[in-house]
Amino acid sequence: MKRTLLSAVAGFALVLGVSAGAHAKTLVYCSEGSPEGFNPGLYTAGTTFDASSRTIFNRLVEFKLGTTEIRPGLAESWDVSDDGLTYTFHLRHGVKFHNKPDFTPSRDFNADDVVFSFERQLKADHPYHGVSSGTYEYFEGMGMPDLLKSIEKVDDYTVRFTLDAPEAPFLADLAMDFASIFSKEQADQYMAAGTPEMLDQNPSGTGPFVLVDYQKDAVIRYNANAEYWEGKAKIDKLVFAITPDASVRYAKLVAGECQIMPYPNPADVKGMQANPALTVQEQQGLNVGYLAFNTEKKPFDNKLVRQALNYAINKQAILDAVFQGAGEAAKNPIPPTMWSYNDAVQDYAYDPEKAKQLLAEAGYPDGFDTDIWAMPVQRPYNPNAQRMAELIQADWAAVGVNAEIVSFEWAEYLDRSKKGEHQTVLLGWTGDNGDPDNFLNQLLGCDAAESGGNRARWCDPAFDDLIIQAKRTSDQAARTDLYEKAQVVFKEEAPWVTVAHSVVFMPMRKEVTGYIMDPLGTHQFYSVDLE
Amino acid sequence: MLRFFLTKLAGLIPTFFGVTLLTFAMIRLIPGDPIEILAGERGITPERHAALMKQYGFDRPLLEQYVFYIGGVLEGDLGKSLVTKKPVLGEFLQLFPATIELAFCAIVFALVIGLPVGIFAGVNRGRPADHTVMALSLTGFSMPIFWWGLLLIILFSVNLGWTPVSGRLDFAYFIDPITNFMLIDTLLSDEQGAFLDALHHLVLPAIVLGTIPLAVIARMTRSSMLEVLSEDYIRTARAKGLSPLRVVGLHALRNALIPVVTVIGLQVGTLLAGAILTETIFSWPGIGKWLVDSISRRDYPSVQGGVLLVALVIMTVNLIVDLLYGLINPRIRHAR
Repeated sequence: MKRTLLSAVAGFALVLGVSAGAHAKTLVYCSEGSPEGFNPGLYTAGTTFDASSRTIFNRLVEFKLGTTEIRPGLAESWDVSDDGLTYTFHLRHGVKFHNKPDFTPSRDFNADDVVFSFERQLKADHPYHGVSSGTYEYFEGMGMPDLLKSIEKVDDYTVRFTLDAPEAPFLADLAMDFASIFSKEQADQYMAAGTPEMLDQNPSGTGPFVLVDYQKDAVIRYNANAEYWEGKAKIDKLVFAITPDASVRYAKLVAGECQIMPYPNPADVKGMQANPALTVQEQQGLNVGYLAFNTEKKPFDNKLVRQALNYAINKQAILDAVFQGAGEAAKNPIPPTMWSYNDAVQDYAYDPEKAKQLLAEAGYPDGFDTDIWAMPVQRPYNPNAQRMAELIQADWAAVGVNAEIVSFEWAEYLDRSKKGEHQTVLLGWTGDNGDPDNFLNQLLGCDAAESGGNRARWCDPAFDDLIIQAKRTSDQAARTDLYEKAQVVFKEEAPWVTVAHSVVFMPMRKEVTGYIMDPLGTHQFYSVDLE
Repeated sequence: MLRFFLTKLAGLIPTFFGVTLLTFAMIRLIPGDPIEILAGERGITPERHAALMKQYGFDRPLLEQYVFYIGGVLEGDLGKSLVTKKPVLGEFLQLFPATIELAFCAIVFALVIGLPVGIFAGVNRGRPADHTVMALSLTGFSMPIFWWGLLLIILFSVNLGWTPVSGRLDFAYFIDPITNFMLIDTLLSDEQGAFLDALHHLVLPAIVLGTIPLAVIARMTRSSMLEVLSEDYIRTARAKGLSPLRVVGLHALRNALIPVVTVIGLQVGTLLAGAILTETIFSWPGIGKWLVDSISRRDYPSVQGGVLLVALVIMTVNLIVDLLYGLINPRIRHAR
């Protein structure tokens, strides 16, 4: 029924004026995969977010595109109470939800929509909670159920969030995809019709693009939202042509079948840069690839050993062989695009002699036997863990440390390393919300050492005090100071070898203008124009 | 003939249960459960993990899960995908026509070229034409699909611009998915040129997927032709003064085709396997890629349902092949 209506409308539009259609600016994006669905709260994949939260929806606060800073979104402004427990949001007036063939909004966006969008995920007895076998992994993963005490509608344009504990990254959390705002009116309409799951397949948002049609594994179509509160996008239509293979995306880009693509093969980037029809943007990814020492096990409980093995590694050789130009050496656990990155920190230089000396000092003049766990999968922060492990193995052998390379199937790898079965393990992290807490606390805090997310199982009171204090402080300058200090402690104690931050490339045709890369890794087309 | 049919049909029942048991067991034998895969580096608390396992019913004894699953299958319910949360059968029915359409065109391509070439080579045995055909078919048979597909895309789509790079239809056309067979849907719609565009999109993937079956069919036709051509009745036919065309085309071909039909039937498996790669290269929204994704995400219901449905298709095709033998060669039909 929906499709028939749509095609009738499309047919009508065709009859009315083919010339108008020819002038419509259509941007075709060769996307890398299929979205799991169109409710970003139910999923955790970036591919899904590109197709849902970053096109169809808005949030109370948004990341300023190209940065990890927070700016107003559906909330025009907000107040935080002095104890950091109450956040009051003042909502924007006159924001329209999308008109859909089966849904015509009768009112503007208001506080009911905000309360609905959060309570669905928070309250197990909410009528929408179990719809689409609802599991809200990001909401859970960011600790919202423990953090959120209540969400109240104060009046139509004011919403108050009360927290159980002060949490400075909370604002950044609200800019994340899972916090997208749905239309309560549409939800009620689908519930009344007995088809609540339609809300997750055909949602009406407030965002810059209106979802028109999705053909599984093939194509997603959007129209620009003419009533968008920040003004209509410069393009009229947006098409995601789902193209899983990177070489084929490249071919489509060259043939002009799409104008922009993500995730090129690193080996193709040189050719793309040389092609006069294309431009290639690049940016550091919001990620880090690392090798963690299991500090609970001997000899890695000894700081000197950890420092020695840092000195023993030739990082540049790894970057050349494994990243092939698509990576840069990491010295801190957070990437340089993130605020509070401490550029004053000195990395351990490649110095095998110094390494041997430190090992002798630590009581291991003849080295020792250990293992290196290497991931079985390709990740953004580590395109080839096996190769990386081999290079580290050779570097360590040169200072007398014999390491065996170990690998498991991915899920098992994660599980076993979480339990601390490794001696040293290769892994990495991609940021969720641009807040340093998301790296430093989740990967290196004492709580994480207990739950296993901290693969070094490293619990340093000096470091932990700093990051906990920063988490409870809402003043960003004060937080920056604390995080900078924490990074110094981290480097000195050396629970990791910080290996690399990846570089992300975004090839596009010359006619595409105004595309801005997002350090958080999403792909957004609101700012794009075609010449 | 009916008895023959029923015997063959009854033979499928144990196969059916075997397939359900195998897929059920194998996907669970791969280490890592769907929830951990989903959580990735981010991790998940043991309590949350247990709650989700319970929600999906994975905490129950395996036998109980299997009985529950089979109960659903017999009622036509294959469960819901853990990823998209939609019914598996619906997803399969949406994607399978794309695979069928591609496989059908590939096999047509393979037959239209493979049969005449094989006959030609058989008749000209030992001559340079025969050697050429055999060498080419060996090359075709050994061709890595991925490489072959990319090669054709670079040549025909990027350099010459004759064919689209990938996809099933230009996005400028807006087609109602009625049957999910693009060739049929475009014919049913009133969008002008859509059918030709859909056909245009099929050319390269059909050639790529059809290459291996083409090589197999050509070789099989040739050798079976050679065998038949040396039979006494062919000599008799020739001695009677029948035209070579009649001898080869009528008397020899009919018998030579029997093993070829078997091979075509067996190629269905090859086609579906090859479809996984071909679909990935050409961004073809079929079941091949869907199944691979489902396996890597440990989407148990999708893998179980998908493999079972594919197995059903292959069983049906084999049944049809068996019946076709009976039609082509009465001796098989009356053997028992």
